[in-house]
Amino acid sequence: MTMDTMRDRFIRVTSELLDSDPRVAVVLADIGASSFEPARQRHPDRVINLGIREQLLIGVTSGLALSGLRPVAHTFAPFLVERPFEQIKLDIVHQGVGAVLVSAGGSFDYPFYGRTHQAPGDVALLDTLPGWTVHVPGHPDEAEAQLRAAVTADGPVYLRLSVPANAVPFPVRAGELAVLRTGSAGTVLAVGPMADAVLAATAGLDVTVLYATTIRPFDAHTLRATLSNPDVVLVEPYLTGTSVPFVAEALRDIPHRVLALGVGRQELRSYGTPAEHIAAHSLDAVSLRARIADFLSAKPLVRKQ
Amino acid sequence: MKERLSFADLPGLMDMMSGDEKHDHSAASTLDVLWVLYDQVLRISPDSVADDDRDRFLLSKGHAPKAFYAVLAAKGFIDLAELPGFGTFGSILGHHPDRNLITGVEIASGSLGHGLPIGVGVALGLRARGEEASRVFVLVGDGELDEGSNHEAIAFAGAVGLDRLAVIAVDNSSSTYGWSGGVETRFSREGWSAARVNGRDHQALAQALSAAHPGVPRLVVAVIDPS
Repeated sequence: MTMDTMRDRFIRVTSELLDSDPRVAVVLADIGASSFEPARQRHPDRVINLGIREQLLIGVTSGLALSGLRPVAHTFAPFLVERPFEQIKLDIVHQGVGAVLVSAGGSFDYPFYGRTHQAPGDVALLDTLPGWTVHVPGHPDEAEAQLRAAVTADGPVYLRLSVPANAVPFPVRAGELAVLRTGSAGTVLAVGPMADAVLAATAGLDVTVLYATTIRPFDAHTLRATLSNPDVVLVEPYLTGTSVPFVAEALRDIPHRVLALGVGRQELRSYGTPAEHIAAHSLDAVSLRARIADFLSAKPLVRKQ
Repeated sequence: MKERLSFADLPGLMDMMSGDEKHDHSAASTLDVLWVLYDQVLRISPDSVADDDRDRFLLSKGHAPKAFYAVLAAKGFIDLAELPGFGTFGSILGHHPDRNLITGVEIASGSLGHGLPIGVGVALGLRARGEEASRVFVLVGDGELDEGSNHEAIAFAGAVGLDRLAVIAVDNSSSTYGWSGGVETRFSREGWSAARVNGRDHQALAQALSAAHPGVPRLVVAVIDPS
């Protein structure tokens, strides 16, 4: 049986939640509207398609929250986070209301569309604002659990759905880093859909592999509690280095090294497939293994007195 | 101490706010509209600020806080003792209002072009919750309407006939390039009911803001002489 995508699961589960929870409202800017049409027919006042209007998407989301509903806003990541970013800052955070923002497309899930449909900086942008819970699920089952929890909560939640997914879900406790493997030479932290590639890349290496599906708030406790050698490799499916400040804060009293792997800042100006873009950013298992092994084998530079 | 005061008291209340406000002209342009709204139109009082079925007033043009605070103080939403602290670090009264600091203020505003899209959402939310009596009033400036975000809201609200929404556009000719044919032509084109009144005429404002507009949202242009 073919596994459904995170977005398939989101549409199905959210449609069910509209039936069971009168607080839930879905806000769309055309993208996804046809998928939610059956739900809209059942709940015409709570499935709202605004047309191609993304500033209004967040403004209306704010207004729905102010009126006591739990809005779920959905579109592709660049149009959800980047285009209406001031609305996220002011209409959600500054107003002091919560909402569930659910993006699709990840960093480059549809690379044939080009740069306009890529948003590797979405999590870094949200990091400029306080209070966000940021979920980066690696499997539809994980996304479903996070969606259900987000809808029953009150605060601001960003759920970052992607087409790439791990083959199976991992046992994850909400909000915590999961320990997929233990070792003594360092720690590799894989975020969301990077887990399968990281497990393949670190096969046979004596490292701890941690797995994050919730990257904000950052689970500093588990990182510290499982730390053997204070060499940390971050493997994130979005902008390189996004979580480095959080690792630095978690290990502020421990001399440590960090290697940050993720999506580079450069525009590739290439189309093609997600696999080609993963390889171009050296995030495939073979490239990851080489970069991780090189980092762990390197001796720290010691300044001569 | 909270007192109920009259329109004639408002200049004195504004004088109590000693801060170095940059937007005195803007403050004055909205004074009459704000007074008429709180005195005659809105179903809201200091005792009902948390009631689900209250009317909502969203000051989108947050550059007018002295007039807004004076009206809120006169109507008992704000303690008069708060006014002298206007703009100071520990005050609840900033040069742009914050709903998280002032009970009875529905939105935090200041950056232009946010109140109307939020107001559309509030109106949709009240409709979804079955709050049939609640209306949403959003005050914008004619200069503020330069912001493109407003036009996403104007087009959508007109298209879906959001008739619990009303916009008051205080028109003091602030828009750099103006609105050919008047602000109302932009709204009317999207199906809004529109009226143009003297922004100092309390009776005309009250009538225009209270007129029925079944099936369509309402615009009232409140004209203020530029000074």
